Amino acid sequence: MNLKLKIWRQKNDSEKGRMVDYDVTDVSPDMSFLEMLDVLNQELIEKQEEPVAFDHDCREGICGTCSLYINGRAHGPQTKITACQLHMRSFNDGDTIYIEPWRAKAFPVVKDLIVDRTAFDRIQQAGGFISVNTSGNTQDANAIPIEKEHADKAFDAATCIGCGACVATCKNSSAMLFVGAKVSQFALLPQGQVEATDRVLNMVKQMDEEGFGNCTNTGACEVECPKGISLENIARMNQEYLKASLKG
Amino acid sequence: MSGIFNSSIGRKFAMALSALFLMIFILQHFAINILSVFSPDTFNDVSHFMGTFWVIQYLLQPVLIFGVIFHFVMGFVLEIKNNRARAVGYAKNSPSGNSTWMSRNMIWSGGFILVFLVIHFIDFWIPEINTKYIAGDMSGLVDPNVADSGYRYYEELVHKFEPIWRVALYCIGFVFLALHLLHGFNSSFQSVGANNKYTKGLKGFGKVYSIAVPLGFIFIALFHHFNH
Repeated sequence: MNLKLKIWRQKNDSEKGRMVDYDVTDVSPDMSFLEMLDVLNQELIEKQEEPVAFDHDCREGICGTCSLYINGRAHGPQTKITACQLHMRSFNDGDTIYIEPWRAKAFPVVKDLIVDRTAFDRIQQAGGFISVNTSGNTQDANAIPIEKEHADKAFDAATCIGCGACVATCKNSSAMLFVGAKVSQFALLPQGQVEATDRVLNMVKQMDEEGFGNCTNTGACEVECPKGISLENIARMNQEYLKASLKG
Repeated sequence: MSGIFNSSIGRKFAMALSALFLMIFILQHFAINILSVFSPDTFNDVSHFMGTFWVIQYLLQPVLIFGVIFHFVMGFVLEIKNNRARAVGYAKNSPSGNSTWMSRNMIWSGGFILVFLVIHFIDFWIPEINTKYIAGDMSGLVDPNVADSGYRYYEELVHKFEPIWRVALYCIGFVFLALHLLHGFNSSFQSVGANNKYTKGLKGFGKVYSIAVPLGFIFIALFHHFNH
């Protein structure tokens, strides 16, 4: 396939970026999207040009590092996959493909298609953990009975890979699906109860301080999430937050 | 508790509570208005009761006005805040693949409803307040000097829907109300944390409510226009 790419190029976080056109030829439909970018970068290097900077790591949909807004959709036209799991057979010969970084005030562009997602780390640090006694008296987690439904839902919430597609796709750049998942995975389990009040208050406070927008329940995040995290987690976070606010 | 309404979730919660209150009000408003189609006398009696009973006039009416103003002001404030959360937009964006038009354009449907409400207030609410609290006529009669002249409410309603332009304007207003409710109904339940086994049923009920109630209002406007 021959394709026309329109890629966001930005030297660094302080310089203004712009869309730049590239032509790629003889693209195999079996290539992954990132492999196609690798080929483009090889060509650019051979021409003594600056390769396109983009985030990637595991390339198998687990790490959440890749973060491309492809043709107006987070992680591209397919649902429940990351950009690294997207293959060129999803496109047609002659297509024009727009490739942009996640857009959010809380995710500033570092270079080209790479954005700074450490806002998510700071939200996690604010409360996305449990304190466990590791002095030798730690209770075996498997010895604590947990309802199957709760265990399943907690596991589903814990599958969030923190890629930021929810923020990128939300018209308000809201991080509530991410924070909702992180709050839910603990709120549903007995281990998470000890710090439940502080956790949700602190994580939401940090989320607001980072400059993410307000959720207006469009549901776009749920559709674009590569792990299919449900909106139910946002509702649970809302409940937890209201309970915690009344207690605190 | 003090900082709850300064947080994103607290604002969502407040927005949802005002929405739930307004949806109950709309249903009550419809229930009274539809009486004008089936029984003008009952419509007159209920309208007089609503317009003169002190609990409604002096307690519930101010709450309603506050609820309406709060909902609109908060809606615009949140929209401004949300726009600030994305300084640079996408060169290409295809949101129709992941969300409904209604959910993405609440500010526009809400804005048109606000315009409609201003017209509605000028048509009905301000003249009513003028008659009762400025002219001091609490009788509700067509002619306050003639005891058996009958209540004025039905006549006023029918008279308002004589010009076709006003009927058209109201119909457009109700279409925007339907579009707003189609997302807003379920969104308000999600915001207060209600997403559970009843959500599917609630979504179905929300769709029926969002279409049936505005359609009912349209029917009332058309009925009075074409029957008088």
